[in-house]
Amino acid sequence: MTTLLMDPTSEQSPARREPLPRPESLSGKTVGLLDISKPRGNIFLDRIEDLLGQQGIKTRRYTKPTFTRIAPVELKQQIATECDLVVEALAD
Amino acid sequence: MPHYVLVVKEECETCQLIIPVIRQLVENAEVEILSQDNPAFPPDVPVTDDTELARSFAYRIETVPTLIRFDSDNEAERVEGWDRKVWQGLTNMDLGDNLPAFRPGCGSRTQDPGMPEKLAVKFGKPLVSRPIEIADAEDDIESCFDRGWSDGLPVVPPTAIRVMRMLAGTRRDPAEMIGNVPPDYAPCSIEKIAINAVMAGCKPEYLPVVIAAVEAALQDEFCMHGLLATTYFSGPMIVVNGPVARAIGMNARGNALGQGNRANATIGRALQLVIRNVGGGKPGGVDRAALGNPGKYTYCFAEDETNSCWESLAVENGFSPAASTVTLFAADGMQGMVDQKSRTPESLSGSFAASLRVVSHPKLVLGADVFIVISPEHERVFRLAGWTKARFKEELHRLLMIPGEQLIRGAGGIEEGIPVSLKDKVLPKFRDGGLNVVRAGGSAGLFSAIIAGWGASGSIGSSPVTREITI
Repeated sequence: MTTLLMDPTSEQSPARREPLPRPESLSGKTVGLLDISKPRGNIFLDRIEDLLGQQGIKTRRYTKPTFTRIAPVELKQQIATECDLVVEALAD
Repeated sequence: MPHYVLVVKEECETCQLIIPVIRQLVENAEVEILSQDNPAFPPDVPVTDDTELARSFAYRIETVPTLIRFDSDNEAERVEGWDRKVWQGLTNMDLGDNLPAFRPGCGSRTQDPGMPEKLAVKFGKPLVSRPIEIADAEDDIESCFDRGWSDGLPVVPPTAIRVMRMLAGTRRDPAEMIGNVPPDYAPCSIEKIAINAVMAGCKPEYLPVVIAAVEAALQDEFCMHGLLATTYFSGPMIVVNGPVARAIGMNARGNALGQGNRANATIGRALQLVIRNVGGGKPGGVDRAALGNPGKYTYCFAEDETNSCWESLAVENGFSPAASTVTLFAADGMQGMVDQKSRTPESLSGSFAASLRVVSHPKLVLGADVFIVISPEHERVFRLAGWTKARFKEELHRLLMIPGEQLIRGAGGIEEGIPVSLKDKVLPKFRDGGLNVVRAGGSAGLFSAIIAGWGASGSIGSSPVTREITI
Protein backbone atom coordinates (compact mmCIF):
# COMPACT_ATOMS: atom_id res chain seq x y z
CA MET A 1 0.00 0.00 0.00
CA THR A 2 1.30 3.42 -0.85
CA THR A 3 1.60 6.00 1.88
CA LEU A 4 0.17 9.48 1.47
CA LEU A 5 2.01 12.32 3.17
CA MET A 6 0.62 15.83 3.48
CA ASP A 7 2.80 18.32 1.64
CA PRO A 8 4.49 20.60 4.20
CA THR A 9 5.63 23.10 1.57
CA SER A 10 4.08 26.01 -0.28
CA GLU A 11 3.40 23.53 -3.13
CA GLN A 12 5.26 25.57 -5.68
CA SER A 13 7.27 22.61 -6.96
CA PRO A 14 5.91 19.48 -8.67
CA ALA A 15 4.64 16.68 -6.46
CA ARG A 16 6.79 14.19 -8.35
CA ARG A 17 10.49 14.55 -7.82
CA GLU A 18 12.42 15.54 -10.91
CA PRO A 19 15.76 13.92 -11.76
CA LEU A 20 18.78 16.10 -11.09
CA PRO A 21 19.30 18.59 -13.94
CA ARG A 22 21.56 17.29 -16.72
CA PRO A 23 24.73 19.29 -17.24
CA GLU A 24 24.49 21.65 -20.20
CA SER A 25 28.09 21.01 -21.17
CA LEU A 26 30.88 18.66 -20.14
CA SER A 27 33.46 21.37 -20.51
CA GLY A 28 35.69 21.57 -17.46
CA LYS A 29 33.91 18.64 -15.79
CA THR A 30 35.37 15.37 -14.60
CA VAL A 31 33.48 12.31 -15.82
CA GLY A 32 33.63 9.11 -13.80
CA LEU A 33 33.47 5.87 -15.78
CA LEU A 34 32.14 3.08 -13.61
CA ASP A 35 32.62 -0.49 -14.71
CA ILE A 36 30.17 -2.66 -12.81
CA SER A 37 32.30 -5.73 -13.54
CA LYS A 38 30.09 -7.24 -16.17
CA PRO A 39 31.91 -8.80 -19.14
CA ARG A 40 32.93 -6.33 -21.85
CA GLY A 41 31.89 -3.31 -19.81
CA ASN A 42 35.52 -2.25 -20.03
CA ILE A 43 35.35 -2.22 -23.84
CA PHE A 44 32.35 0.10 -23.77
CA LEU A 45 34.03 2.38 -21.26
CA ASP A 46 37.36 2.36 -23.17
CA ARG A 47 35.48 3.74 -26.17
CA ILE A 48 33.65 6.38 -24.10
CA GLU A 49 36.95 7.38 -22.49
CA ASP A 50 38.53 7.67 -25.91
CA LEU A 51 35.68 9.84 -27.26
CA LEU A 52 35.63 12.10 -24.22
CA GLY A 53 39.41 12.36 -24.30
CA GLN A 54 39.25 13.60 -27.90
CA GLN A 55 37.08 16.48 -26.63
CA GLY A 56 39.59 17.23 -23.88
CA ILE A 57 37.27 16.07 -21.12
CA LYS A 58 38.87 14.59 -18.03
CA THR A 59 37.82 11.06 -17.07
CA ARG A 60 38.49 8.75 -14.15
CA ARG A 61 37.94 4.98 -14.14
CA TYR A 62 36.25 3.02 -11.34
CA THR A 63 35.24 -0.59 -10.95
CA LYS A 64 32.66 -2.19 -8.73
CA PRO A 65 33.91 -5.36 -7.00
CA THR A 66 30.94 -7.31 -8.41
CA PHE A 67 27.92 -6.55 -10.53
CA THR A 68 25.76 -8.64 -8.18
CA ARG A 69 25.81 -6.09 -5.41
CA ILE A 70 25.29 -2.37 -5.20
CA ALA A 71 28.44 -0.28 -5.17
CA PRO A 72 30.15 -0.05 -1.76
CA VAL A 73 29.50 3.23 0.04
CA GLU A 74 33.22 4.08 -0.03
CA LEU A 75 33.27 3.77 -3.83
CA LYS A 76 30.16 5.95 -4.23
CA GLN A 77 31.63 8.56 -1.93
CA GLN A 78 34.93 8.47 -3.80
CA ILE A 79 33.18 9.00 -7.14
CA ALA A 80 31.01 11.80 -5.71
CA THR A 81 34.11 13.51 -4.34
CA GLU A 82 36.24 13.18 -7.46
CA CYS A 83 33.73 13.59 -10.30
CA ASP A 84 30.95 15.88 -11.50
CA LEU A 85 29.03 13.13 -13.23
CA VAL A 86 29.32 9.43 -13.88
CA VAL A 87 28.69 7.05 -16.75
CA GLU A 88 27.90 3.53 -15.65
CA ALA A 89 28.52 0.64 -18.03
CA LEU A 90 25.77 -1.97 -17.95
CA ALA A 91 27.22 -3.88 -20.92
CA ASP A 92 27.18 -7.66 -21.23
CA MET B 1 -43.58 17.70 16.15
CA PRO B 2 -40.24 17.11 17.76
CA HIS B 3 -38.24 14.10 16.76
CA TYR B 4 -35.35 12.41 18.51
CA VAL B 5 -32.02 10.76 17.85
CA LEU B 6 -30.71 8.35 20.47
CA VAL B 7 -27.12 7.09 20.26
CA VAL B 8 -26.28 3.88 22.11
CA LYS B 9 -23.85 0.99 22.17
CA GLU B 10 -24.49 -2.52 23.44
CA GLU B 11 -21.25 -2.55 25.43
CA CYS B 12 -22.58 0.23 27.68
CA GLU B 13 -24.37 -0.94 30.83
CA THR B 14 -26.39 2.25 31.06
CA CYS B 15 -27.65 1.68 27.51
CA GLN B 16 -28.66 -1.87 28.56
CA LEU B 17 -30.38 -0.51 31.64
CA ILE B 18 -32.63 1.87 29.71
CA ILE B 19 -33.95 -0.67 27.16
CA PRO B 20 -37.51 -0.41 28.63
CA VAL B 21 -37.39 3.38 28.27
CA ILE B 22 -36.13 3.04 24.68
CA ARG B 23 -39.13 0.80 23.85
CA GLN B 24 -41.49 3.33 25.42
CA LEU B 25 -39.88 6.11 23.35
CA VAL B 26 -40.13 4.12 20.10
CA GLU B 27 -43.83 3.42 20.74
CA ASN B 28 -44.72 7.01 21.54
CA ALA B 29 -42.44 9.30 19.55
CA GLU B 30 -40.55 9.64 16.33
CA VAL B 31 -37.10 8.44 17.34
CA GLU B 32 -34.13 7.14 15.37
CA ILE B 33 -31.78 4.89 17.29
CA LEU B 34 -28.14 4.78 16.24
CA SER B 35 -26.11 1.82 17.45
CA GLN B 36 -22.37 2.26 17.56
CA ASP B 37 -21.42 -1.42 17.95
CA ASN B 38 -24.22 -3.93 17.34
CA PRO B 39 -26.94 -3.07 14.80
CA ALA B 40 -29.19 -5.64 16.55
CA PHE B 41 -29.04 -3.63 19.78
CA PRO B 42 -31.37 -2.65 21.36
CA PRO B 43 -33.40 -5.79 20.48
CA ASP B 44 -36.84 -5.62 18.91
CA VAL B 45 -36.75 -1.97 17.86
CA PRO B 46 -35.70 -0.41 14.56
CA VAL B 47 -32.02 0.47 14.70
CA THR B 48 -29.77 2.41 12.33
CA ASP B 49 -26.32 0.86 11.92
CA ASP B 50 -23.73 3.47 12.92
CA THR B 51 -20.83 1.10 13.44
CA GLU B 52 -18.87 3.28 10.98
CA LEU B 53 -19.59 6.18 13.39
CA ALA B 54 -20.34 8.68 10.63
CA ARG B 55 -23.51 9.94 12.31
CA SER B 56 -22.02 9.85 15.81
CA PHE B 57 -19.11 11.95 14.52
CA ALA B 58 -21.47 14.39 12.82
CA TYR B 59 -23.44 14.83 16.06
CA ARG B 60 -20.17 15.16 18.07
CA ILE B 61 -21.27 12.41 20.45
CA GLU B 62 -18.96 12.03 23.47
CA THR B 63 -21.07 9.83 25.72
CA VAL B 64 -23.62 7.05 25.22
CA PRO B 65 -26.51 7.10 25.64
CA THR B 66 -27.05 10.57 24.22
CA LEU B 67 -30.61 11.64 23.45
CA ILE B 68 -31.02 14.63 21.16
CA ARG B 69 -34.32 16.41 20.58
CA PHE B 70 -34.81 18.17 17.25
CA ASP B 71 -37.46 20.82 16.72
CA SER B 72 -37.97 20.81 12.96
CA ASP B 73 -34.38 20.27 11.67
CA ASN B 74 -32.51 22.00 14.45
CA GLU B 75 -31.08 20.43 17.53
CA ALA B 76 -32.97 21.86 20.50
CA GLU B 77 -31.53 19.98 23.45
CA ARG B 78 -29.49 16.91 24.35
CA VAL B 79 -28.89 14.80 27.42
CA GLU B 80 -25.96 12.48 28.06
CA GLY B 81 -26.23 9.39 30.25
CA TRP B 82 -29.46 8.47 32.05
CA ASP B 83 -31.12 11.11 34.20
CA ARG B 84 -34.85 10.43 34.58
CA LYS B 85 -35.82 13.99 35.40
CA VAL B 86 -33.92 15.48 32.47
CA TRP B 87 -35.14 12.76 30.06
CA GLN B 88 -38.72 13.36 31.15
CA GLY B 89 -38.31 17.09 30.60
CA LEU B 90 -36.74 16.55 27.20
CA THR B 91 -39.35 14.02 25.98
CA ASN B 92 -42.33 15.41 27.84
CA MET B 93 -43.20 11.83 28.84
CA ASP B 94 -43.70 10.05 32.13
CA LEU B 95 -40.92 7.46 32.02
CA GLY B 96 -42.01 5.59 35.18
CA ASP B 97 -39.91 4.92 38.24
CA ASN B 98 -38.66 1.39 37.64
CA LEU B 99 -35.15 2.58 36.86
CA PRO B 100 -32.71 4.31 39.17
CA ALA B 101 -32.98 8.08 38.97
CA PHE B 102 -29.49 8.53 37.54
CA ARG B 103 -26.74 6.54 35.88
CA PRO B 104 -23.75 8.13 34.10
CA GLY B 105 -23.20 7.04 30.52
CA CYS B 106 -20.15 5.41 28.93
CA GLY B 107 -17.62 6.82 26.49
CA SER B 108 -18.80 7.07 22.90
CA ARG B 109 -16.79 4.92 20.50
CA THR B 110 -15.92 8.14 18.70
CA GLN B 111 -13.69 8.93 21.69
CA ASP B 112 -11.72 5.65 21.66
CA PRO B 113 -7.94 6.18 21.55
CA GLY B 114 -6.85 7.13 18.04
CA MET B 115 -10.48 7.30 16.85
CA PRO B 116 -11.11 11.08 16.73
CA GLU B 117 -8.38 11.71 14.17
CA LYS B 118 -9.36 8.63 12.11
CA LEU B 119 -12.95 9.89 11.97
CA ALA B 120 -11.76 13.41 11.21
CA VAL B 121 -9.85 12.09 8.18
CA LYS B 122 -12.83 9.98 7.08
CA PHE B 123 -15.81 12.23 7.76
CA GLY B 124 -14.44 15.64 8.78
CA LYS B 125 -13.55 18.72 6.83
CA PRO B 126 -10.81 17.46 4.50
CA LEU B 127 -7.25 18.69 4.65
CA VAL B 128 -6.48 20.87 1.67
CA SER B 129 -2.73 20.32 1.43
CA ARG B 130 -1.53 18.32 -1.54
CA PRO B 131 -1.10 14.60 -0.78
CA ILE B 132 2.28 13.27 -1.85
CA GLU B 133 2.37 9.62 -2.80
CA ILE B 134 5.20 7.55 -1.37
CA ALA B 135 5.73 4.28 -3.23
CA ASP B 136 5.73 0.91 -1.50
CA ALA B 137 9.45 0.45 -1.90
CA GLU B 138 10.27 3.87 -0.47
CA ASP B 139 11.07 4.44 3.17
CA ASP B 140 8.81 7.28 4.25
CA ILE B 141 11.41 9.00 6.45
CA GLU B 142 14.02 8.76 3.70
CA SER B 143 11.46 10.20 1.28
CA CYS B 144 11.08 13.26 3.50
CA PHE B 145 14.86 13.75 3.33
CA ASP B 146 14.87 13.27 -0.44
CA ARG B 147 12.17 15.87 -0.92
CA GLY B 148 14.16 18.43 1.03
CA TRP B 149 11.67 18.67 3.91
CA SER B 150 14.18 17.94 6.66
CA ASP B 151 16.56 20.18 8.58
CA GLY B 152 19.09 17.35 8.46
CA LEU B 153 17.54 15.20 11.17
CA PRO B 154 14.78 12.64 10.61
CA VAL B 155 11.27 14.07 10.56
CA VAL B 156 8.03 12.33 11.50
CA PRO B 157 6.25 11.56 8.18
CA PRO B 158 3.17 13.82 8.07
CA THR B 159 0.32 11.43 7.35
CA ALA B 160 -3.22 12.81 7.29
CA ILE B 161 -4.06 11.06 10.56
CA ARG B 162 -1.06 12.61 12.33
CA VAL B 163 -1.95 16.03 10.96
CA MET B 164 -5.57 15.67 12.10
CA ARG B 165 -4.36 14.63 15.56
CA MET B 166 -2.08 17.69 15.64
CA LEU B 167 -4.93 19.99 14.61
CA ALA B 168 -6.93 18.81 17.62
CA GLY B 169 -4.45 20.85 19.67
CA THR B 170 -6.01 24.13 18.55
CA ARG B 171 -9.53 25.46 18.16
CA ARG B 172 -8.46 27.50 15.17
CA ASP B 173 -9.71 26.70 11.69
CA PRO B 174 -7.09 24.72 9.72
CA ALA B 175 -7.87 26.94 6.72
CA GLU B 176 -7.13 30.16 8.59
CA MET B 177 -4.29 32.03 6.89
CA ILE B 178 -1.89 33.61 9.32
CA GLY B 179 0.41 35.43 6.94
CA ASN B 180 3.12 35.04 4.33
CA VAL B 181 6.31 33.27 5.27
CA PRO B 182 9.60 34.62 3.94
CA PRO B 183 11.69 34.29 1.90
CA ASP B 184 9.14 33.16 -0.71
CA TYR B 185 6.34 35.02 1.12
CA ALA B 186 4.23 31.92 0.67
CA PRO B 187 0.82 32.02 2.36
CA CYS B 188 0.73 29.93 5.50
CA SER B 189 -2.35 28.28 6.98
CA ILE B 190 -2.82 26.69 10.40
CA GLU B 191 -2.86 23.38 8.50
CA LYS B 192 0.62 23.96 7.05
CA ILE B 193 1.92 24.80 10.53
CA ALA B 194 0.34 21.61 11.85
CA ILE B 195 2.03 19.52 9.12
CA ASN B 196 5.43 20.96 10.00
CA ALA B 197 4.72 20.53 13.72
CA VAL B 198 4.06 16.84 13.06
CA MET B 199 7.37 16.55 11.23
CA ALA B 200 9.20 18.33 14.06
CA GLY B 201 7.84 15.78 16.55
CA CYS B 202 5.43 18.07 18.43
CA LYS B 203 2.53 16.87 20.52
CA PRO B 204 -0.84 18.46 19.64
CA GLU B 205 -0.78 20.45 22.89
CA TYR B 206 2.35 22.26 21.66
CA LEU B 207 0.63 23.48 18.48
CA PRO B 208 -0.72 26.76 19.93
CA VAL B 209 2.82 27.66 21.00
CA VAL B 210 4.16 26.91 17.53
CA ILE B 211 1.39 28.96 15.91
CA ALA B 212 2.15 31.93 18.18
CA ALA B 213 5.85 31.60 17.36
CA VAL B 214 5.15 31.63 13.61
CA GLU B 215 2.86 34.64 14.05
CA ALA B 216 5.58 36.44 15.99
CA ALA B 217 8.15 35.59 13.32
CA LEU B 218 5.91 37.15 10.68
CA GLN B 219 5.65 40.50 12.48
CA ASP B 220 7.42 43.16 10.47
CA GLU B 221 9.59 44.29 13.40
CA PHE B 222 11.02 40.79 13.75
CA CYS B 223 12.41 41.01 10.21
CA MET B 224 12.44 37.27 9.56
CA HIS B 225 13.42 37.69 5.92
CA GLY B 226 16.57 39.61 6.72
CA LEU B 227 17.36 37.34 9.64
CA LEU B 228 17.21 34.34 7.33
CA ALA B 229 19.14 35.96 4.52
CA THR B 230 21.96 37.45 6.60
CA THR B 231 25.49 36.07 6.58
CA TYR B 232 25.37 36.60 10.38
CA PHE B 233 25.06 33.72 12.87
CA SER B 234 21.55 34.41 14.10
CA GLY B 235 18.27 32.56 13.92
CA PRO B 236 14.98 32.81 15.79
CA MET B 237 15.06 31.89 19.50
CA ILE B 238 11.81 31.33 21.39
CA VAL B 239 11.30 32.16 25.07
CA VAL B 240 8.02 30.86 26.49
CA ASN B 241 6.39 32.56 29.48
CA GLY B 242 3.28 31.88 31.52
CA PRO B 243 1.25 28.86 32.57
CA VAL B 244 1.50 27.04 29.22
CA ALA B 245 5.18 26.32 29.80
CA ARG B 246 4.47 24.12 32.80
CA ALA B 247 1.22 22.80 31.35
CA ILE B 248 3.01 21.25 28.37
CA GLY B 249 6.07 20.21 30.36
CA MET B 250 8.67 22.62 29.04
CA ASN B 251 12.06 22.74 30.69
CA ALA B 252 13.04 26.00 32.34
CA ARG B 253 15.47 24.43 34.82
CA GLY B 254 18.52 22.19 34.60
CA ASN B 255 19.85 22.09 31.03
CA ALA B 256 17.10 24.49 29.89
CA LEU B 257 19.20 25.49 26.88
CA GLY B 258 20.25 21.93 26.18
CA GLN B 259 18.81 18.73 24.80
CA GLY B 260 16.35 16.22 26.17
CA ASN B 261 12.99 17.97 26.58
CA ARG B 262 10.47 17.19 23.86
CA ALA B 263 8.53 20.46 24.04
CA ASN B 264 11.63 22.67 24.04
CA ALA B 265 13.21 20.65 21.24
CA THR B 266 10.26 20.29 18.91
CA ILE B 267 8.61 23.72 19.22
CA GLY B 268 11.81 25.48 18.17
CA ARG B 269 12.32 22.96 15.41
CA ALA B 270 8.76 23.36 14.11
CA LEU B 271 9.28 27.09 13.62
CA GLN B 272 12.45 26.41 11.63
CA LEU B 273 10.68 23.78 9.51
CA VAL B 274 7.85 26.24 8.69
CA ILE B 275 10.44 28.73 7.46
CA ARG B 276 12.22 26.03 5.50
CA ASN B 277 9.22 24.29 3.96
CA VAL B 278 6.50 26.93 3.69
CA GLY B 279 8.82 29.90 3.25
CA GLY B 280 11.42 28.05 1.19
CA GLY B 281 14.27 29.35 3.36
CA LYS B 282 17.19 26.96 3.04
CA PRO B 283 20.92 27.15 3.70
CA GLY B 284 22.75 27.82 0.48
CA GLY B 285 19.55 29.36 -0.92
CA VAL B 286 18.32 32.55 0.67
CA ASP B 287 19.88 31.54 4.01
CA ARG B 288 23.39 32.93 3.46
CA ALA B 289 24.78 32.36 6.96
CA ALA B 290 28.57 32.18 7.00
CA LEU B 291 28.53 29.84 9.98
CA GLY B 292 25.01 29.79 11.45
CA ASN B 293 24.69 28.41 14.93
CA PRO B 294 23.47 25.11 16.44
CA GLY B 295 20.31 26.90 17.60
CA LYS B 296 19.14 26.97 14.01
CA TYR B 297 18.02 23.37 14.48
CA THR B 298 15.94 24.40 17.47
CA TYR B 299 16.21 27.19 20.04
CA CYS B 300 13.42 27.25 22.56
CA PHE B 301 13.14 27.28 26.33
CA ALA B 302 10.83 28.53 29.06
CA GLU B 303 11.57 31.19 31.63
CA ASP B 304 11.57 29.82 35.18
CA GLU B 305 9.04 32.09 36.86
CA THR B 306 8.68 29.99 40.01
CA ASN B 307 10.05 31.78 43.08
CA SER B 308 11.70 34.41 40.95
CA CYS B 309 12.14 37.72 42.73
CA TRP B 310 11.88 39.47 39.38
CA GLU B 311 8.95 40.03 37.03
CA SER B 312 9.07 37.82 33.98
CA LEU B 313 10.02 38.92 30.48
CA ALA B 314 6.33 38.81 29.46
CA VAL B 315 5.24 40.96 32.41
CA GLU B 316 8.00 43.46 31.60
CA ASN B 317 6.53 43.59 28.09
CA GLY B 318 3.09 44.46 29.43
CA PHE B 319 1.41 41.04 29.63
CA SER B 320 -0.44 39.66 32.64
CA PRO B 321 1.34 36.95 34.68
CA ALA B 322 -1.66 34.76 33.80
CA ALA B 323 -1.02 35.14 30.08
CA SER B 324 1.06 32.64 28.13
CA THR B 325 3.38 34.19 25.59
CA VAL B 326 6.21 33.53 23.20
CA THR B 327 9.00 36.01 22.71
CA LEU B 328 11.14 35.70 19.61
CA PHE B 329 14.68 36.97 19.53
CA ALA B 330 17.15 36.96 16.63
CA ALA B 331 19.79 35.00 18.52
CA ASP B 332 23.35 33.81 18.07
CA GLY B 333 24.76 30.94 20.04
CA MET B 334 25.41 31.11 23.76
CA GLN B 335 28.38 32.45 25.65
CA GLY B 336 28.94 31.24 29.22
CA MET B 337 29.31 33.78 32.05
CA VAL B 338 31.16 32.24 34.95
CA ASP B 339 31.38 34.01 38.31
CA GLN B 340 31.65 31.75 41.34
CA LYS B 341 33.07 34.33 43.74
CA SER B 342 30.82 37.42 43.66
CA ARG B 343 28.40 37.70 46.56
CA THR B 344 27.43 41.35 46.05
CA PRO B 345 25.28 42.70 43.24
CA GLU B 346 27.92 45.30 42.44
CA SER B 347 30.62 42.68 41.88
CA LEU B 348 28.35 40.35 39.95
CA SER B 349 27.08 43.21 37.76
CA GLY B 350 30.71 44.00 37.02
CA SER B 351 31.27 40.45 35.83
CA PHE B 352 28.21 40.58 33.61
CA ALA B 353 29.24 43.94 32.17
CA ALA B 354 32.76 42.76 31.38
CA SER B 355 31.38 39.68 29.64
CA LEU B 356 28.73 41.69 27.78
CA ARG B 357 31.39 44.03 26.50
CA VAL B 358 32.58 41.38 24.05
CA VAL B 359 29.19 40.82 22.38
CA SER B 360 29.88 40.96 18.60
CA HIS B 361 33.27 42.54 19.28
CA PRO B 362 34.65 44.49 22.28
CA LYS B 363 34.90 47.57 20.09
CA LEU B 364 31.44 47.45 18.53
CA VAL B 365 28.46 49.16 20.18
CA LEU B 366 24.77 49.75 19.51
CA GLY B 367 24.58 46.84 17.07
CA ALA B 368 23.36 43.60 18.61
CA ASP B 369 20.74 43.28 21.35
CA VAL B 370 21.34 40.70 24.04
CA PHE B 371 19.52 38.26 26.30
CA ILE B 372 21.00 37.35 29.66
CA VAL B 373 19.72 34.00 30.92
CA ILE B 374 20.39 34.36 34.61
CA SER B 375 20.64 31.22 36.71
CA PRO B 376 18.87 30.95 40.06
CA GLU B 377 22.17 31.04 41.97
CA HIS B 378 23.23 34.27 40.30
CA GLU B 379 19.75 35.74 40.70
CA ARG B 380 19.94 34.97 44.44
CA VAL B 381 22.78 37.45 44.83
CA PHE B 382 20.47 40.22 43.60
CA ARG B 383 17.51 38.90 45.56
CA LEU B 384 19.41 38.93 48.87
CA ALA B 385 20.54 42.51 48.22
CA GLY B 386 17.01 43.61 47.26
CA TRP B 387 17.88 44.66 43.73
CA THR B 388 15.07 44.91 41.22
CA LYS B 389 15.56 43.76 37.64
CA ALA B 390 15.35 47.39 36.55
CA ARG B 391 18.18 48.30 38.91
CA PHE B 392 20.32 45.46 37.58
CA LYS B 393 19.73 46.67 34.01
CA GLU B 394 20.51 50.28 34.98
CA GLU B 395 23.76 49.18 36.60
CA LEU B 396 24.75 47.24 33.47
CA HIS B 397 23.90 50.24 31.33
CA ARG B 398 26.09 52.46 33.54
CA LEU B 399 28.98 50.00 33.45
CA LEU B 400 28.68 49.64 29.69
CA MET B 401 29.04 53.33 28.82
CA ILE B 402 32.29 53.18 26.88
CA PRO B 403 34.55 56.10 25.91
CA GLY B 404 34.75 56.49 22.16
CA GLU B 405 38.53 56.59 22.25
CA GLN B 406 38.55 52.90 23.24
CA LEU B 407 36.20 52.02 20.39
CA ILE B 408 37.44 53.93 17.37
CA ARG B 409 39.10 52.28 14.42
CA GLY B 410 42.72 51.67 15.21
CA ALA B 411 42.32 51.87 19.00
CA GLY B 412 44.26 49.07 20.70
CA GLY B 413 45.99 48.37 17.40
CA ILE B 414 42.73 46.87 16.04
CA GLU B 415 41.25 48.17 12.82
CA GLU B 416 37.71 47.10 13.69
CA GLY B 417 35.81 49.81 15.53
CA ILE B 418 33.57 52.84 15.25
CA PRO B 419 34.31 55.94 13.14
CA VAL B 420 37.15 58.10 14.47
CA SER B 421 34.77 61.11 14.51
CA LEU B 422 33.11 59.56 17.59
CA LYS B 423 36.35 59.65 19.60
CA ASP B 424 35.13 62.15 22.17
CA LYS B 425 31.69 60.57 22.71
CA VAL B 426 30.77 58.12 25.44
CA LEU B 427 28.58 55.41 23.93
CA PRO B 428 26.35 52.70 25.41
CA LYS B 429 27.11 49.12 24.42
CA PHE B 430 23.42 48.38 23.84
CA ARG B 431 20.57 50.44 22.42
CA ASP B 432 17.70 51.44 24.73
CA GLY B 433 15.68 48.30 25.47
CA GLY B 434 18.32 46.11 23.85
CA LEU B 435 19.31 44.38 27.08
CA ASN B 436 16.93 41.66 28.22
CA VAL B 437 17.03 39.39 31.26
CA VAL B 438 15.23 36.06 31.74
CA ARG B 439 15.68 33.49 34.47
CA ALA B 440 16.29 29.81 33.80
CA GLY B 441 18.59 27.02 34.78
CA GLY B 442 19.30 24.39 37.39
CA SER B 443 19.44 25.12 41.10
CA ALA B 444 23.20 24.58 41.30
CA GLY B 445 25.79 26.44 39.27
CA LEU B 446 26.99 30.03 39.49
CA PHE B 447 26.84 30.25 35.70
CA SER B 448 24.62 32.36 33.50
CA ALA B 449 24.29 32.60 29.76
CA ILE B 450 24.77 35.54 27.43
CA ILE B 451 22.91 35.18 24.16
CA ALA B 452 23.94 37.85 21.72
CA GLY B 453 21.65 38.92 18.93
CA TRP B 454 21.89 39.79 15.28
CA GLY B 455 24.20 42.73 14.63
CA ALA B 456 21.27 44.54 13.02
CA SER B 457 18.86 45.33 15.85
CA GLY B 458 15.89 47.66 16.22
CA SER B 459 14.52 49.57 13.28
CA ILE B 460 17.40 48.64 10.98
CA GLY B 461 16.99 44.95 11.66
CA SER B 462 15.15 42.82 14.20
CA SER B 463 13.49 43.66 17.50
CA PRO B 464 12.29 41.00 19.94
CA VAL B 465 8.58 40.32 19.48
CA THR B 466 6.23 39.01 22.18
CA ARG B 467 2.90 37.46 21.29
CA GLU B 468 0.18 35.88 23.39
CA ILE B 469 -0.58 32.20 22.90
CA THR B 470 -4.23 31.29 22.37
CA ILE B 471 -5.66 27.80 22.16
